[in-house]
This record gives sequence, structure tokens and C-alpha cells, in this order.
Amino acid sequence: MTQMTFARAINSGLRKSLENDPKVILMGEDIGTLGGVFRVTDGLQKDFGKHRVVDTPLAESAIIGTAVGLAYRGYRPVVEIQFDGFIYPAFDQIVSQVAKIHYRTQGAVKMPITVRVPFGGGIGSPEHHSESPEAYFTHTSGLRVVTASNPQDAHTMIQQAIALDDPVLFFEPKRRYHDKGEVDESIDPATAFPMENARVVTEGKDVTLVAYGPLVKTAKDAALAAADEGVSVEVIDLRSLAPVDFATLETSVRKTGRLVITHEAGQSGGLGAEVAASITERCFYHLESAPVRITGFDIPYPYSKLEMHHLPGLDRILDGVDRALGRPNSLSGLEG
Amino acid sequence: MFTDELGQGGNAPDGPDNSANHHRGTGESLVQLITPGGERVSHPQYDTWVRDVSDEQLASLYEDLVVIRRIDTEATALQRQGELGLWPPLLGQEASQIGSARALRDDDFVFSSYRESGVAYCRGVDLPNIVKVWRGNASAGWDPYTVNLATPQIIIGAHTLHATGYAMGIQNDGADSVAITYFGDGATSEGDVNEAMVFAASFQSPVVFFCQNNHWAISEPVRLQSHIRIADRAAGFGIPSIRVDGNDVLAVMAATREALERARHGGGPTFIEAVTYRMGPHTTADDPTRYRDANELEDWAAKDPIARVKGLLDRKGLLTDELEARVAAKADAVARELRAGCVNMPDPKPLDIFKHVYSTPNSWLDRQEDHYSRYLASFGDPAGAPSEEGARS
Repeated sequence: MTQMTFARAINSGLRKSLENDPKVILMGEDIGTLGGVFRVTDGLQKDFGKHRVVDTPLAESAIIGTAVGLAYRGYRPVVEIQFDGFIYPAFDQIVSQVAKIHYRTQGAVKMPITVRVPFGGGIGSPEHHSESPEAYFTHTSGLRVVTASNPQDAHTMIQQAIALDDPVLFFEPKRRYHDKGEVDESIDPATAFPMENARVVTEGKDVTLVAYGPLVKTAKDAALAAADEGVSVEVIDLRSLAPVDFATLETSVRKTGRLVITHEAGQSGGLGAEVAASITERCFYHLESAPVRITGFDIPYPYSKLEMHHLPGLDRILDGVDRALGRPNSLSGLEG
Repeated sequence: MFTDELGQGGNAPDGPDNSANHHRGTGESLVQLITPGGERVSHPQYDTWVRDVSDEQLASLYEDLVVIRRIDTEATALQRQGELGLWPPLLGQEASQIGSARALRDDDFVFSSYRESGVAYCRGVDLPNIVKVWRGNASAGWDPYTVNLATPQIIIGAHTLHATGYAMGIQNDGADSVAITYFGDGATSEGDVNEAMVFAASFQSPVVFFCQNNHWAISEPVRLQSHIRIADRAAGFGIPSIRVDGNDVLAVMAATREALERARHGGGPTFIEAVTYRMGPHTTADDPTRYRDANELEDWAAKDPIARVKGLLDRKGLLTDELEARVAAKADAVARELRAGCVNMPDPKPLDIFKHVYSTPNSWLDRQEDHYSRYLASFGDPAGAPSEEGARS
């Protein structure tokens, strides 16, 4: 076990993938000499060369589009999109090509492309640097979408994503890049806890609280605070956003009868809606109250002085827990 | 402000170098080796690239041109008869496609748009598979790796990036094969095509950008896409370009061979503008009489790619009755095979829609497939289930 930051844990996972498979190739803006704007690829070009760790021109559609061509040629490209808000020029290549080529070619051409995207807010940045665009991609068939919440998962899951023959959008919670944690680098990703499974990170019996990426830490803190008030919150780290591991969620909700989902992304059409609808379909007779969503608002990501109003924090999550439990909360007395 | 000039039709059809009136760049004039009248004219730079083309090979190119036109005609007929949902005719572009595709090696890899049925034929795609997508039986007609031809791309220009990435892979592998990508004049306005040229130039990747300037992007004339000759744009990317008579199969072959050789030997990308004309509609759903002049069509008919090879064969005394009969028989046989393969193609099965979305099991999709298969099983005749009218009434 080694103590390392979230960013370093990904770096170490990328290094292992580069070492283990000569077909793995990293591409992106500033990932070479600089080591990425978040230093996630620090030192990799020096050790693996410019043909394995490629600084590309500034064209996101081309970064993804050439990765498609490399995948056609048998490579396993790992692409860095510098910030969440910069992914949209590549949207067509991701949605119309990366996601569909395996289907289009009836399985003849595999697209083992991993797209790494630093996402989420809370770092005081200007526009386009703090977005949570995951729902665009969870809505796109042909893609897998995952996110890690801690250094160990980041280390293991990046290797699992790269090894998978299907394309993966790998969202990295950028405000957790500097968080430290114990990482066991000897874990074999092939036999480790599967990437598509959700994980119960805090056991509880009164409410199921579903979070992913940056908000797992907030959710765990909320569970601790709730425990002080005598409320037992079960926190689930979703990890895989597409597909969602509903089996794990169902087991929890059948036990607690109450569901709260939280994410930074806006509410409408978001992942919370999918989780609420699917769990309602599957566990309707086990639910004691309507599922509650605690999310970012349906606004463009706001200017940083106000971003903490937009981002679900510990107290707003607890307010949602109170609502699920029918305890006094900020919306008490309101109907619907 | 748009000028009147921009809003009007295609380039004035006043000769092979028909864009000269609008020329504001510095590119070379049109490379031509066979005149529309069938005369072999010499070219100081490009003769050498087709010096090895024998009489027999010339006759073979003639056969290719006739056969692919027949395939195109047959496919249009199949669409009119309700056997295909749609068809994008290549009429008029035979020389661009045959001349370039016959210059390729088997280990070169092609990324084409949806109109390159002539290229698919040259790569060895089974005839019915050329129309499979248009019949609605699948989203791809073939396994790309069996013929080194990606499944045709519908998103305009998107595949030029795939070719560039593939070429980057060739470089990494230390191989001497080449990626070639086919697109039209309309595609040159797309960001992806421009980004592909940036990447190809920066990495000096072995990729050939083969633009068939057929003068029309559905209803939009080429001048709406580019204020200068399309080939002249390449210089801005640091990519050498060739502007070739796209209705001249020998000239196209010469230009493509030069570009391929450059790429094979580390010389990086080349941009080829093959100046041709889409004689038919954009697709069978299009009506070009709404937007273009009949005179323009007549002028281009006089520059027909097949007639000029036929003329050349005649001048050389090679156009024998035997050759004519052989080519006609081949075209007939190909048309018969295409038609029979098309109309007898087995329909896909309902649950095939779930196949190959992922290469690994997916809990969401597996559940949907399971539920839908139960739904289908609830009908006596599953084939009646998905009709609009329904089976209950």
C-alpha cells in the first residue's frame, strides 16, 4: 500500500497499462512535456516516448477521430479531454462514431477507446471548466460511462477501462485530484472488484444515498453527520453510470425503503432521474417515500463566487435525507 | 454579404479547367492524360506514373468503368422497384473511383463516404453487400478487415479523421501501407476535414485525401463551399496537392500513384482534387432539376469518363468486337448477380437489433432484450408484432 493522490493514482494506472500493452497509446493536449494541466500524465512521455504519449494539436474532434482510426488499426487509445467543457467539439465523433462503430460493423471493428475527462466544479474556475456532462453520454448507447471517487478506484478502474474492448468515458472528479488515499498497486485489475459494479461505502438502514465521483466524499460526510442525529444512511458509490448497477441499488432500497440521489449535474434528464425512475419501477412496493434528487440546478455552470450554491453540499444532502424520511425540512408544508 | 456569384450554380462548364474563372489560388492546372475526345496527351510529370499501363490493363480499366456504371444503374433500378430504400448514384464519377482504387495495394486501407461504390467494387466487396445497407438489412455491408475498406461513412467528412488516425497507426507500426480517404467538395467545409489535414500535416502521416469535386453538395454549388480552388486550400496546411481531371481514369491513377508513393516513403499526406461531376441526383430521393441547369449536365456529358477511354481504345485499334462483347457480358453478369443477391437477401431477425451494441454483456441492454423477447413471444406470429396497425385489432 502506498499513500498517493488521486491524480498520482491515475498516473500509476496509466503507467501500468502502457507497460502491459504495447497497443496502449495516450493522446491529448499538453499531456506530454507538461504532463497535463493537472499533471495526471506527468513523466509518461519521458518514459514511453512521443509515439506512445502524443501531444496533439488543439482540436478535440480530431483527437477522438484519430483515436477511432488508431482503434481501427488495432490500437487502444487513451484520450485526455483537457476539461469537461471542452468535450463538445468532439461530441459528434464520440456519439456518431466511437459509440456506434462496433454496432455498425456488426462486431467486426472494436473501439477500445478510453476518454478521460476531468469533470465537476468546486475549483473556482471560469466558465467551461467545471461542468458535469455525463448524462449526454449515459444517454448514448454503445458507450460505458464510469467515474471514480477515491485513489484506489481511480488506479484500478482506469486500467479496467483501458482493458475493456468497448469505449469508456472515464470521468475524473477534478476537485478530488489532490485528495490522498492508500493505493495497493499490486491489485490485478482483471480480478479486482468489477468496474460496472456499484459499491456500498457506508452501511446504513434508514435511507439509501446514491452518489458518484466528487460527491461520494460529501455523501459519506453527510452520513456521519446524520449518524450524530440518529439517522442511519447507507451510501452507495455508483462508480458505473452506464450501465448503472441497479441490482446493488435494489438490494439497498429494499432494505431502507428510501432513496436520495445526488449529483452536481443539473436535475432535468439527469442520472438522478434515471435512477429514481428505474428504482421506482423495480422496488415500488418497498418504497416508503418518493425518491429525492439533490442536484445542481438547471443553469449554466455559475460564476465561481456562487458555485457552492449550485453544488450539493453536506447540508443540502441532509435536507434531502430529511425529506425522504418525512422529517422537518426546507420544503415542509409544500406539496409536490 | 454573399455575392450573386456565390449564390449561383456550379462552375461554368467551359472546359476541363472549368474553375479557372474563379481561381484565386496558386495551384497547378488540371492534370489530364486523355482528352474528352479520347486522345492520349502527354504530361511531363504524370506520364511516368502510368507508363506501365499496358493495352490489356487499359481494356481492363474500361471494363471496370462499364461494370461499375452498370452496378450503379442496376441499383437505381432496384430502388425504383422498391427493393432498396435509397441509393446514392455515382454516375459520372466512375473514373475518379476506378482510377484511384486501382492504384491501391491490398494492404492500404480505405475510408470512404457513401458514394464510393466503385471503390467498394475494386476492393472486392461481394456485389449484394454493396447494396445491403441501402436495402436496410444492416448498417454495414461487409467486415472492413476482409477488404481493408471501412464501412462507408454517412456523416460528412468524419471519416477523414479516421483515415488520419489509421495512418498514424501505420507510422507507429513502421509499415509502408497508406490510408486513403474519399470525400466530396461539400465535405471540405467541415471542421473534421480541416482538422484531419492539420493532424496529417503535423505528424506527416501516410494518408491521401482524395476529394471528388463533383460540383454539387445536394443542391449547393461548389462555389458556396470554397472561394478558391479546393486543391489550393491544401497549401495552407502545408500539404502538397494535385488537381486532376476526375473524368480521366489514367490521370486519376497517375495522381493517386504519386500520392501513394510519397506517403509510402515518408513524404506525408497529399491532397488530390479530382474534378468531376455528379451526373445524377444526390440520392434517389433528390430532384436536381430544382437547382441546376440542364445545359450544365449536357456539357459534362460531353466529358464522359467512359466515352473517352473507349475513344482511346478505338484510336489504338483495341476496341474490337470481342472486347465489346466481353465487357458487355461481364456487365450483364454482374448486374444479374447483384439483383439476385439483393432480392434474395434474407431479412434480419427482430432481436438482431440488440446485437453488437457492446462487445461485452451490458445489464441495461440485456434486460431490455429479455423484456422485448418476452413481448414478441406473447404474439402467435412474432412478425406481426411491430406493425404500426398492431395485431390486436
